[in-house]
Amino acid sequence: MAGFILKRLLQAIFVVLVVTLIVAFAIRLSGDPAIMLTGAGSITEQDLQNIRNALGLNRPFLVQYLGFLHGIVVGDFGRSFMGGTPVSALIAKALPATLLLAFTSLIASILLSVPLGILAAVNRGRWPDQLVRILSLVGLSFPNFWLAIMLVLFFSIQLGVLPPSGMEGPASFVMPALTMAIILTATNVRLVRTAMLETLSQQYIMVARSKGLKDWVVLYKHALRNSAIPLVTYIGLQFGGLIGSIVIVERVFNWPGMGTLAFDAISGRDYPVLQGTITVLALFIVLINLLVDIAYGLIDPRIRTE
Amino acid sequence: MAAAEGARGTRWQFTSMELVAGLVLTGTMTLAVLFSPILFPDGGESMDLTARLIPPFQSSAHLLGTDPLGRDVLARVVVGGKISLMVGVLSVIGAVILGTLVGLIAGYYRGIAEILLMRFADIQLALPFILIAIMFLAILGTGIDKVIFFMIVAQWVQYARLVRGSVLALRDREFILSARAIGVGNVRIIAQHILPNVLGPIVILMTLNVANNILLESSLTFFGLGVDPLIPSWGGMLADGRTYLQSAWWVSVFPGLAIMFTVLGLNLLGDWLRDSLDPTGQTGQ
Repeated sequence: MAGFILKRLLQAIFVVLVVTLIVAFAIRLSGDPAIMLTGAGSITEQDLQNIRNALGLNRPFLVQYLGFLHGIVVGDFGRSFMGGTPVSALIAKALPATLLLAFTSLIASILLSVPLGILAAVNRGRWPDQLVRILSLVGLSFPNFWLAIMLVLFFSIQLGVLPPSGMEGPASFVMPALTMAIILTATNVRLVRTAMLETLSQQYIMVARSKGLKDWVVLYKHALRNSAIPLVTYIGLQFGGLIGSIVIVERVFNWPGMGTLAFDAISGRDYPVLQGTITVLALFIVLINLLVDIAYGLIDPRIRTE
Repeated sequence: MAAAEGARGTRWQFTSMELVAGLVLTGTMTLAVLFSPILFPDGGESMDLTARLIPPFQSSAHLLGTDPLGRDVLARVVVGGKISLMVGVLSVIGAVILGTLVGLIAGYYRGIAEILLMRFADIQLALPFILIAIMFLAILGTGIDKVIFFMIVAQWVQYARLVRGSVLALRDREFILSARAIGVGNVRIIAQHILPNVLGPIVILMTLNVANNILLESSLTFFGLGVDPLIPSWGGMLADGRTYLQSAWWVSVFPGLAIMFTVLGLNLLGDWLRDSLDPTGQTGQ
């Protein structure tokens, strides 16, 4: 087991190194931060040199990269080009908003997809199954930002019951979380259905049935529990995709999280902030994947030998 | 993979109605886009400031209404489909060519090429690709060529893994061994005996990835990171329409529906292909 954890840990570290290398390289392509920092104009070459020296831009790429890695370890991502706020302070403010949205929508999606998936599995091949299938296919077929716009159109403009943007009060949670939950449910409902069908075909389910247990006891106590392991794994592995969607949905609702921070940094060409947000999100995804892998290995010993 | 095991048993069974729906949706969209130069010779560009913001279904000249510059929404939706389909198809073709080549080499010749590919694939699948693409597009500037490039870079590994897996399963089969025994060259064995056998799973993956990339392109363009905003595209129209959401819902609704119908059609076709070409479930759920 220790060997398995160590192997996964080394893999994760390697992925982190690759991600940070790509991020550092991308920022390097952006041109001369000294010029961007000051804006073109009445600045002398000597001033530019001073700024480059102060920012450490004259050092070789490898040295800069190591500095960047060191910054990650100690939580220092430099300062924003706009106003000089430390990037870590901006991230500390934005990350909780993103995680709050991520977990709210994940829970909402589980509450939606578990009953729907069970309904489909139990009625396999009949109309509830087909209906769930079509809904899931439709849910996978529109862009998430469009769903967000349509919700705004309906709830904010037509009905006027929900605020179209921002994060103030519980009402502002509804639409961003609903958008994410619908998108996640479209995928999750398929996973629940598959996992349930596989479990329901096992012998112990037949035994439970033949003991005369009620249907719902068999479903929720025996089948759902045993389906939970693959489900948790798949849902955990979706985290990367979840973060990708959340970044986009946040932007539409002006939700003050990492996505909005990143897009503001893009439009303001604020590269330290962009670099910091992308790095932190990427680290998060790698970390969650690692935890899911290890948890899965602990629960199911067959995985370790793969 | 555990997900593939027993996939046949739990999969949704396909009905012919879904095949028809998939064909109708995808076919209508493709035909409309192909014939758009004849249907809308102005390319959806001609403005008529006396006919701004006409609601849909009220004017026979503008069935789906007009936008704030008096441009016909229907024309722009159809013309805008050109970009989406082009990006979707070209990116997938690029990824298929690259991925198939690498996968064939890795699976057939094994050795160092295979080790490198598998290591590389593991890393790439762990990368948060959307975030990285957003960052590069923000820094390097946008454009249809860059969007296609990033999609190829993001997806070729899927084909490489798929092809390698199929080749490994095939390479020691008797018909390959006997072809080799009678002196058929490697290139010919690959082209005549191996490629046709991996075609099915590749086509399935391609269909689903075209759908995926259409969604991705529209998202990138919507946020100003994709196609030039001056070219009519679904993502661009949705970005424009958002400003007028209060007064003109139709500018935001119809391009989104166009995306949804196209992608739904492709997803239905992909499901049907999987049901008929891949009964053992190599391409997963």
